[in-house]
Parts: sequence; structure tokens; C-alpha cells
Amino acid sequence: MTDKTMTADEVVARLHSGMTLGIGGWGSRRKPMALVRALLRSDLTDLTVVSYGGPDVGMLAAAGRIRKLVAAFVTLDSIPLEPHYRAARESGAFELMEVDEGMFMWGLRAAANRLPFLPVRAGIGSDVMRVNPGLRTVTSPYDDGETFVAMPALRLDAALVHVNRADRLGNGQYLGPDPYFDDLFCEAADAAYVSCERIVDTAELTKEAPPQSLLVKRLSVTGVVEAPGGAHFTPCAPDHGRDEAFQRLYATTPWAEFAERFLAGDEEAYRSAVRNWQEEQG
Amino acid sequence: MDVSRRDVPRMDVRRSEYCVIACAEAWRDAGEILASPMGLIPSVGARLARLTFAPDLLLTDGEAMLVRPDGTPEGWLPYRQHLALVSGGRRHVMMGASQIDRYGNQNISCVGDWARPKRQLLGVRGAPINTLNNPTSYWIPRHSRRVFVEKVDMVCGVGYDRVAEHPGTARFHRIPRVVSDLGVFDFATPDRSMRLASLHPGVSVEQVREATGFELTVPDEVPSTREPTPDELRLIREVIDPADTRLREVSS
Repeated sequence: MTDKTMTADEVVARLHSGMTLGIGGWGSRRKPMALVRALLRSDLTDLTVVSYGGPDVGMLAAAGRIRKLVAAFVTLDSIPLEPHYRAARESGAFELMEVDEGMFMWGLRAAANRLPFLPVRAGIGSDVMRVNPGLRTVTSPYDDGETFVAMPALRLDAALVHVNRADRLGNGQYLGPDPYFDDLFCEAADAAYVSCERIVDTAELTKEAPPQSLLVKRLSVTGVVEAPGGAHFTPCAPDHGRDEAFQRLYATTPWAEFAERFLAGDEEAYRSAVRNWQEEQG
Repeated sequence: MDVSRRDVPRMDVRRSEYCVIACAEAWRDAGEILASPMGLIPSVGARLARLTFAPDLLLTDGEAMLVRPDGTPEGWLPYRQHLALVSGGRRHVMMGASQIDRYGNQNISCVGDWARPKRQLLGVRGAPINTLNNPTSYWIPRHSRRVFVEKVDMVCGVGYDRVAEHPGTARFHRIPRVVSDLGVFDFATPDRSMRLASLHPGVSVEQVREATGFELTVPDEVPSTREPTPDELRLIREVIDPADTRLREVSS
């Protein structure tokens, strides 16, 4: 059995500029932020990012690492508009494939199932078709003869997700209310990297939690990173909620200033900078 | 006689409360489906409908749980199941709109040229899949010419003129109503363009015309949005929204 534990920096060392990266979570919820921070420490760039977008997209956009984004939205949830994403879009900083939330899911499912596309009743009649001239439609071969969008597979070079627990082999467990699409991101990727709040023994995983909390299977995982608070400032229920105060700080501080104070060092430096800021706030 | 009703003093009904009633009415006779309200007043409206005339409605906690109005979980609906439920059609969503046109095309993606927007907004989110699969209504807390426009910059939610070009794919398309702080609107016209269906008390037709950037169909006689019953007022004020969150969207 292979021990797949590694550091966030070792994950990033396996990635390359120009790759297509899927990032799990949803909006500002359970985002693999420790892995994103590691990515920001590297010189990786020219990325195609596939994400139900939150601050992961905002930070990578602010740092100029995105060549192309595939998304249905980018939001901080409690702050509806992601300021850095907005700024990047309004300055035409990168290419965008804007698709519907459902189309996005079917794109991942197609990739996970090794299908070139899946038909979906979404997009037709909307400007998603206008802004993605490459999207094709498909006609049902059965009597109904209906037309659907042939949502192309969103195949990923690598996926980054964050869960509550994992073992050293890559079995990942979520303990919150929603799995989001993290298993699907891993299955749609050639290599998947799972960060977690805590690495535990395999037997520990199902000691108190039900078996269906075992979301990610080790056969689709390449690396496991122990990253307590690794979703910060997004929530990782029930381990921690969203750090709303810090998210507000992120959303209202000029990027260069925020990056200098919080992202200049490693993950330990980040945690200590956050603690210092929190102490300043009283 | 219902004793509790006697205890409710007959206070003036506020505009925000007419908006709650107008939103709640979207789910009348909806049956056993999911109500997906987006925004504060639609959320109050959906819970009001569930507690009164639409008791079979399902509601979420805004995350992955289906809950009773008192918050008791009764089911699980993570995003992956929610998206499948949308496709299955057993849902009536009330979305917001940054722009909406006379045929009900809705935009929440961006203002200006999509390639390099003047103002980036949320993105299309689920508007395309919603509008093609389940009834989709809209809630607009500030009725103005910036929202009610001749032509939206990016069609996210699909309107009636667009679906006319795709009758097969769009066979489940329906926009039951648009509710704003001024009135209720529908598409019960021969060309499925927007019609003024009711005015909230205190609002004039001229006010609506002035705040609308396209030609509205206005019937000869425009009804008023209905009054809340004393019990509905009590539920809104004391049970569902005692913190007056509705005033954050409509200030009166």
C-alpha cells in the first residue's frame, strides 16, 4: 500500500504551467485554499482553471495565473461579487468559458465517464451559446427528436480538493452537509490531490461517521496533504465555519497589500499572520 | 372563531409585506415541489406559502438540508441532487435579475460587452438550466429602467421570444411571474411580452411606466395586489421574519 502523504509544496512541484486544474468546493465553501496558497508561492502560471468559483479563482486571477477560466459563477457567497475576479474580468485579463452550473456538472461527469460529451437541457436559447461558439448541439436519435447541448467533457490534468479527514492512502472523507463535486473533480482528473483537516488511520474513518461520508476513493488520488485550517477562510463544516471577518478583509484590501501581509511565507506563516491580525482586532 | 386573530392589531400593511404576499402567491397550488426562493423577501414569501395555502411545499436551509419552516431537517439535498431535481422539474425557483427584458430574458452575468464587461456580476449560475426545466419567477426589489431594459446584455435566464425558436427543448419553460417593489407582472399576452398583472397599493401605472425601460402591456383595469389576511400578517411579523429582514430589500 502506497503512502501518498506529501506537502502542499510537493503537490505544486508536480504541476506545470499551462495545465488544466480543477478546484473543488463551491463558491466560498470548502475550498482547498492551502493548496491554492502553495500554488501562489510557486511560479506556476498560464493555467486553465475549472471551478465553481470562489476566492480560489479570485486569488489566482489577482495574481495573474489564469489563462482561461471555466465557470458558471464566481462568488464569496456572503459577499456576492468576488472583487478580484470582477477586476480581472473588467480588464479582460483572461479567457472565459462561461457555462451553466448544470452544464459544468455534466462536463465533469462526461470526463469522469470517459465520454466526449453528455447531452443537457440547458444553455439552449441562452447567450451561453453565443459566448461559447465552440459548443455544439446534439439531436436525440429517438422519436422525440429533441435538441440538446452536447456539453464537452471537462477533462482535468489535476484536481485539488479539501476534505475533513483522509487516510495516508488517499481515502477522503467529508463530514459536512454537502459533498459538493469533489469526488467528481478527482475522477475527472489525471491526478488528484486531497488536502484534509487531519490524516487519520483508515479504521478511524468509519468509527463514528457513516460509510457514505467516504467521498473520495484512493484509486483516484495521487497525493494527500495534511492541512489543518486548509480551507481557511472558507468553511469546512463541522471542523470550522467561514471566517467572515477575514473574508471581509480579503475582499476590501488591495491585493498587493493582502498578499504581502498574508501570502509572502509558507502555510505556517499564513496561519500566524492570520492569528496576529485576529489579535489586533481584539 | 380564531382567537389568535383578534390579538393582532390591524396595522398598516407595508410595501415590503405586499411584496411578500406577491412572492408567496407564486407558489399557490404548486403542490409537493421544492420552493427555491433567492433573496430575503422571496424567502419570507415561500415560508408564508408553506405555512398557509401551500403546505406541501419543500424548503431548504440554503445549504444541503430540506427543512420544515421551524428548521427541523426532513431531507437531504446537496448540490448534485439539487441540479438533478431541477432537471426533473419538481421545483419553482424565484431568482433575482440584474436586467430583465419584455420577454423575460434575464441577466445576472455582466453589464456591457461580455468579452470585457463594464461591470462583472455573478455569472450565469443556474439560470439557463432553471428556465428550461422548471418554472422560474423573478424578484426585483428596486424596479427601475436599469433593470427593466429593452435588451439584456447577456441572456442567462431564457425568455419567451427565445424559447419560441426552440419549442421541443423548451417544452418545460414557464415564467409564472415577475414581482417588483411596484407590482406583479406576467406574460399573459398574445406575443408573451410582459404585462402588468397587479399594482401594489399606493403605486400608480404612471410610476411603473416611468420605471420601465420598455413598452409594458397595461390592461384597462389593473387589479391591486391582494391584501394579506390578519393571520398572514401575524405570521410574517411574528413568526417568519420578526427581525424585519424584509426591510433590507424594500425599505417601507
